Amino acid sequence: MAGYNKKAEPAHAKAESHSHAEHLREKHLMLDPLPRGQMNSMVMESMYETSWKFWVVFAILSVIVAYGLFYSWGVMIAEGLGVAGVNRPSYWGIFLVNTVFWIGISHAGTFISAILRVFKAEFRRPFTRAAELMTTFGLVQAGFSVFMHMGRVWLAYWLMPYANQRMLWPNLHSPLTWDLLAITTYLLSSTMYLFLPLIPDLAMARDRSTGWRKTFYKTLALGFRGTEGEWAHLRNAMNIFAFAIIPVMFSVHTIVSWDFAAATRPGWNSSIFGPYFVIGALHSGMGAVIMVLAVVRGTMKHMKYFIRAEHFDGIAKLMLIISMAWAYFFFNDYMVQWYGGDKWTHQLLHFHEAGPMGWMWFAMLIFNIAVPWAVLWNQKWRSTPWIVFIVGFFINVGMWFERYIIIPISLSINRMPFTWRLYEPGIEIPLGIGTLAFFILLYMGASKLIPLIPVWEVEEGQMAHELKQFGRETVVSVSELE
Amino acid sequence: MIRPEEIKMSTEETGKWGMVIDQDICTGCQACVAACAMENNITFVGEKDSGYGRSMHWIRIERFWEGEYPEVKMTPNQPMLCQQCGSATCEPVCPAFATVHSQAEQLNLQVYNRCVGTRYCANNCPYQVRSFNWRDYKRPEPLSNQFNPDVTVRRRGVMEKCTFCIQRIHKAQDTAKSEGREVVDGEFTTACAQACPASAITFGRVDDPESLVSQLARAHGHGVKHLEELGTLPNVTYFKGG
Repeated sequence: MAGYNKKAEPAHAKAESHSHAEHLREKHLMLDPLPRGQMNSMVMESMYETSWKFWVVFAILSVIVAYGLFYSWGVMIAEGLGVAGVNRPSYWGIFLVNTVFWIGISHAGTFISAILRVFKAEFRRPFTRAAELMTTFGLVQAGFSVFMHMGRVWLAYWLMPYANQRMLWPNLHSPLTWDLLAITTYLLSSTMYLFLPLIPDLAMARDRSTGWRKTFYKTLALGFRGTEGEWAHLRNAMNIFAFAIIPVMFSVHTIVSWDFAAATRPGWNSSIFGPYFVIGALHSGMGAVIMVLAVVRGTMKHMKYFIRAEHFDGIAKLMLIISMAWAYFFFNDYMVQWYGGDKWTHQLLHFHEAGPMGWMWFAMLIFNIAVPWAVLWNQKWRSTPWIVFIVGFFINVGMWFERYIIIPISLSINRMPFTWRLYEPGIEIPLGIGTLAFFILLYMGASKLIPLIPVWEVEEGQMAHELKQFGRETVVSVSELE
Repeated sequence: MIRPEEIKMSTEETGKWGMVIDQDICTGCQACVAACAMENNITFVGEKDSGYGRSMHWIRIERFWEGEYPEVKMTPNQPMLCQQCGSATCEPVCPAFATVHSQAEQLNLQVYNRCVGTRYCANNCPYQVRSFNWRDYKRPEPLSNQFNPDVTVRRRGVMEKCTFCIQRIHKAQDTAKSEGREVVDGEFTTACAQACPASAITFGRVDDPESLVSQLARAHGHGVKHLEELGTLPNVTYFKGG
């Protein structure tokens, strides 16, 4: 290496390669290392320093949650589901739309974190935690939404297999039972998967804080000191979880799709719903991840150093591929159902496009396919945070429409024409806004309590990467990571 | 190699209680709907909720028409109630075992106090004959004084549906047992069949070839079971255009 550097180089070539190195440094976080202590204190500062705007938003969201979620839900429990918009034949409405939507949001966190970790994609390092947090908080909202949906929510524990004198068990033939078990498994495993890589950062925060925060971090850090043995255990556990959580993630949305695919209804009874729902979940989830990253980068201190254009670029490429996959599955599902020739299915497909809610069907296709395809092919556009934020927003609206079309709109018509009726949401609207506000509220709270950037992972990556000069060429060299 | 006769569909169940409905003599007077509500303590949801598809009837008269205005022609009224399927789609989807099959009576039972209100059964019922208690509806005076003591009163958040007046079945069986005999055909009937002024509804044992329902089914010979192609094995036979 030293021998190469000794070679005489023309002055202009030197300057060029120098600027090229500068350019690479600016572009890639892994090549732009900061001293350890500085990076640690940057992350601590991002938690500590809070502007008044944060508290204004926090207060507004708290009010929305108190009214939209807790008060409205209380009213609904006291009055019955009559205050919601569900009716015959749309026995399922926005509550289940939101359940599927939030489980979809929660998918991307794990997808980005676990799959990119397993495949050792280096650009994942700064934002894995931000994505994993979405998984956990998204699942909390999915839980709220599914419990709201129940007629007698105070008896929800009957759906769990628990020991009781009458030896009553949940019905294992029902997709709903499996749904609940799958979501619970996913919530527990994704929370553990969020917690494991957090331990070294909590220990870092413990060593740099005082007062109640110190007690808080000390408790959560579980006495992590950073010895070789502790790291070995941690890496083992993380490896196991990263691999194990991927099939769990696929199973969750497949089982959610069984709620529909296993039913005797035209439009629902489709064998492709499993993979179609998984891709749909990733589609909305990736959109949500990129929205969260754009907001975090724009609002939190020092985040412009950690989250850069390269990360938006990388995620946006994934979004484009997933959008294509979603379009493929949508077409396949539609084509096979249409080709089947069942008269009720034909009626339903016609109702989707040309019925009173036809605008939603077209909006779904535009938001989910046309918008990402039109924007994300351009590297400059997909590296710009506000542009991908808007694309992510459209995709999420489009995916919410997709679930709305599958649930209440498809339920509006059935094999008994006498009962056909449209669904009009009632108290579902404040309750749905309440879950969204609660999600943001939890995320804001977490961003002030736990390090949003996995500092140790970034440091590890930066140590492994190095810019080397080979003749005129500046090369990124990577040392083997365990 | 599987031979066709070896393929067993879930058609094992022959059915026990069944119904024959003659749509040609149904006048659409709704007496069955009223009688059913009286017999089974069904609440009155009021005009507003009823107009929004929340009416609670275990039996309903479906009216259809053919052609465009002004050339409109009414088709025979179609009383629709739980078909007491032998292979019911509502049963396997309930996560709490609140809708189960009675082995003794071969009916679909709804266990009100086990129901948690996921409403999956109602979605999965191809006949859309299940009613959900959207609210705790008030019964105006004097209707609040006429509850049938043999039938449970349901609260909000619970699914319910036609039981083929299982309380009457049990009562007849108990009487017969105490008198040391079998239940005689025509000894009792459901509230809807009892109230029908045109005798369009006949209830009885479909597994007894000599019962009136079986005889009627044979006599007409062109009975239709709704959505039979789904493999639900419905126990209600409809006659139309004979």
